[in-house]
Amino acid sequence: MVSLNQLVAVCLLYVVGLFAVAFAAERAAARGRGDWLLRSPLVYTLSLSIYCTAWTFYGAVGYAARSGLEFVTIYLGPSLVMIGWWWILRRLVRIGRSHRVTSVADLISSRYGKSNLLAILVTIMAVIGVTPYIALQLQSVTLSLSIFASAEPQAPSGGGQINSAQAAFWVAVGLALFTVLFGTRNLNANERHHGVVIAIAVEAVVKLLALLAVGAFVVWGVAGGVEQTLAQIDRSAIGQWQVEGGRWTALTLLAAAAFICLPRMFQVLVVENGDERHLQTASWAFPLYLMLMSLFVVPIAVVGLDLLPEGSNPDLFVLSLPLSQGQNSLAMFAFLGGFSSATSMVIVATLALSTMVSNHIVMPIWLTYGQNTVQQSGDVRHVVILSRRLSILLIISLGYCYYRLSGGGGALAAIGTISFGGVAQFLPVLLGGIFWRGATRTGAICGLTVGFALWVYTMLLPSFGPGAALSASTFQNGLFGLQWLRPEALFGINGLDQTVHAVLWSLSINALVFIAVSLFSFPAPVERLQGAQFVNIFDHSTAARGWSASVAASEDLMIMAQRILGAAEAQGFFRAQAQLQEKYDGLPEPTPRFVQALERELAASVGAATAHAMVAQLVGGASVSVQDLLAVADESAQMLEYSSQLEIKSRALTDTAAKLRSANDKLTQLSHQKDSFLSQISHELRTPMTSIRAFSEILRDAEGLGPEEKTRYASIIHSETIRLTRLLDDLLDLSVLENGEVSLNRQRGVLRDVLDQAVTTARAANTRVIKIDRESAGEDIVLDTDLDRLVQVFINLITNAQKYCVADDPQLSIRAHQRGRRIIVDLIDNGAGIDAASQALIFEKFSRLPGQGGEGAGLGLAICREIIKRLEGDISYLTDVSGTGFRVELPIAQTDV
Amino acid sequence: MSKLPGSPLFLERRSYRFRRMMDAVRLLPLLVLGFWMVPLLWPVPDPSAGDAVPMSHALRYVFGVWLAGIACCFLLWRRTARQIAQETQG
Repeated sequence: MVSLNQLVAVCLLYVVGLFAVAFAAERAAARGRGDWLLRSPLVYTLSLSIYCTAWTFYGAVGYAARSGLEFVTIYLGPSLVMIGWWWILRRLVRIGRSHRVTSVADLISSRYGKSNLLAILVTIMAVIGVTPYIALQLQSVTLSLSIFASAEPQAPSGGGQINSAQAAFWVAVGLALFTVLFGTRNLNANERHHGVVIAIAVEAVVKLLALLAVGAFVVWGVAGGVEQTLAQIDRSAIGQWQVEGGRWTALTLLAAAAFICLPRMFQVLVVENGDERHLQTASWAFPLYLMLMSLFVVPIAVVGLDLLPEGSNPDLFVLSLPLSQGQNSLAMFAFLGGFSSATSMVIVATLALSTMVSNHIVMPIWLTYGQNTVQQSGDVRHVVILSRRLSILLIISLGYCYYRLSGGGGALAAIGTISFGGVAQFLPVLLGGIFWRGATRTGAICGLTVGFALWVYTMLLPSFGPGAALSASTFQNGLFGLQWLRPEALFGINGLDQTVHAVLWSLSINALVFIAVSLFSFPAPVERLQGAQFVNIFDHSTAARGWSASVAASEDLMIMAQRILGAAEAQGFFRAQAQLQEKYDGLPEPTPRFVQALERELAASVGAATAHAMVAQLVGGASVSVQDLLAVADESAQMLEYSSQLEIKSRALTDTAAKLRSANDKLTQLSHQKDSFLSQISHELRTPMTSIRAFSEILRDAEGLGPEEKTRYASIIHSETIRLTRLLDDLLDLSVLENGEVSLNRQRGVLRDVLDQAVTTARAANTRVIKIDRESAGEDIVLDTDLDRLVQVFINLITNAQKYCVADDPQLSIRAHQRGRRIIVDLIDNGAGIDAASQALIFEKFSRLPGQGGEGAGLGLAICREIIKRLEGDISYLTDVSGTGFRVELPIAQTDV
Repeated sequence: MSKLPGSPLFLERRSYRFRRMMDAVRLLPLLVLGFWMVPLLWPVPDPSAGDAVPMSHALRYVFGVWLAGIACCFLLWRRTARQIAQETQG
């Protein structure tokens, strides 16, 4: 049998060993050696194992003995979070490293605009939430001590019972001592606590081996093999699947949430993370650790239920089973395992909480109400360290008080679940902060407050039992006698499991309030900037918030930095910054970038909100510079620009396509025109040729023709040749004009004369009479151009009107006027006009309008266009007049010529 | 959301493999979660019907899924760790 004294001696020896390991690690780290171990993924993974506390070591077996496989949900949740490291943890670690976050409260306050109020709120909630958890550790150590004491044969007069309150007290003192010694050696919470981390890694190995050893002993030593164990499990009281679906889901979710939000888990996951790559290694290694820890839980529970007397505390099966089988050294080893689980948790939890308390509560109060301001000289590091040490004592004593208050009798798992429910309230705000830019500080404060109040009312207070914190009538009839406010059946919903009930209401209403208030509140600029940086952490990890630091003198900043960082570190930092600014002597310029870097450096020691407040005291307020806003707007601007570019391009493509289509249509029509012209021109050439041949044959062959007849036939031949010649002349003229070989004969003249000549000529050449309406006042314009060619154009246009105007009383109005430096002549008849389809073609060669007689070859308007082009003018068809109208534009004569 | 200009449409085979592996890394937790929620479908013991799931089956199932998830995670780590490290540093 192990005596209590032996046990205490082994325990003390173990603690001394831990001290030695921690001390050696600190020394090695200080000398820069042992990095391969201190910064290895193995140590990182093992340090995560502080998730497995005495709750796991003792409580899981008790849990399994009471409720079967449900205990495993507490390990499934964290396994899921680790396997899904890419989604949440990767972001958290990156944010933690780039913003030098010191705790979960620091992260939340930093995200929501470095709000000190939020930091205080989260800190208080975390302290309250974790207190039951620390009590749980004290209770488990005391329980395990008592089981050894009760088994002691020569019990002292105490009757084999130890004074549990005293035992718990001494355990608490020991833990506080260790934490103070190794947890507050260096101020910079961002630097890893090598001593603590390595001690925790050792404890992680010890507790895993201890539990595996007990498990192996139970399976192969007691039950007689794997198959027999499984058979025994199926025969036992917990031999059937009996987990409620609601509890299974709710507890998995709760454990996953707590794994992220627990201050101590945040400490080891994010703050103590030395290398982002370790996270992926831990993504499979840590679930493996959890699985091994839970592997033998059910066998131990079942064998314990089987072998141990009725009424034994199932929470202590891990110890009492080996003891009952006479395996004293195994029991001792198991005790050390449980001791390790409890101590490592308390150490890291108090470390994390004390950082939060000193950074977010003590320091701001000291800065506000202390007589000294930051400009004063003198080291403030002792204030920070002292406040941390006092916080450690405060937190551990709170845990001790909870232990005494709750009577130390509850099941371990039930206490743990309450704690989980409290810290899980951070989850909506935390996730909202890193994934949703719209989350605001007001929303976060409201959501946290509501969720936490619900947790206190539905989970924490009822845990003391009816009549303790809440009166029995409140349990029966609800708060203020309102039935729908009963703490175990909110809103009148009865029959839910108590844990499911509390988790469901507190988390969902928390999230709902957080989102709703965020939607309807408006964040401050710093808050929006921080939000953008947190959410887009992988896009721009660099700092993007500036100080208008021209007011701040570098000397003041130096004095302040020395007081927080220590003289040597501060001088080193300032020297490095000065070199970055390419100043090799003296202090660096207080540029926004430098002040920013300094604030980050200070944040690593005292938290973002405090560092921000201290720098603000000197600098006189943060300013959000235009560059910062641009950086935030950058992403959306890029998207916007890109989409507008796309729009422009697609519009250009549509335009080009339309142009191509119309060009293609025109080409097709031109090709048809060419074909029809060829047949037309052969016809045009053939008709005169036929008559010329016929009449010349008559002249040659027929005898006895009178001179009159000869004259008539010869004159027919003559006129046909003239027609042919005119056709060929037109073609030649056009080809000369098109090739630009024509030489212009420039003259000065008046438009009226040109039109007179054209009208006279056109009337003489045509028998059909058209009434011409002119306004001679407007025609008194001097031209400097090739007048003969211009006359040709007008003759052509007037002749066309004479030929093709279909009105009964054909009339052509000619109007001339001057607009700017252009002369405009409109010729409009009262005919039917030209349909839209043909308008595009009338100026093309050989185009003849369908359905119109006449003998032209379709060259007139083409020639007109070429002539006008040579004369630097323009001819166009007028679409908005009733009849057929053409507009001729010409440049005005240069007055100085 | 469309990709910003400048990201290529086609990747070389190695990068393509890496991206698909990262897809697997993202999907694995959802898969494991799905498997762990399967017990919700199991019958809860009922005095009238004796067809409850024996504890040994439940144990084998839950721990089997656990082990398979860890194995997948381990294999993905082996295949992607080096490239993730390169991307993080570069």
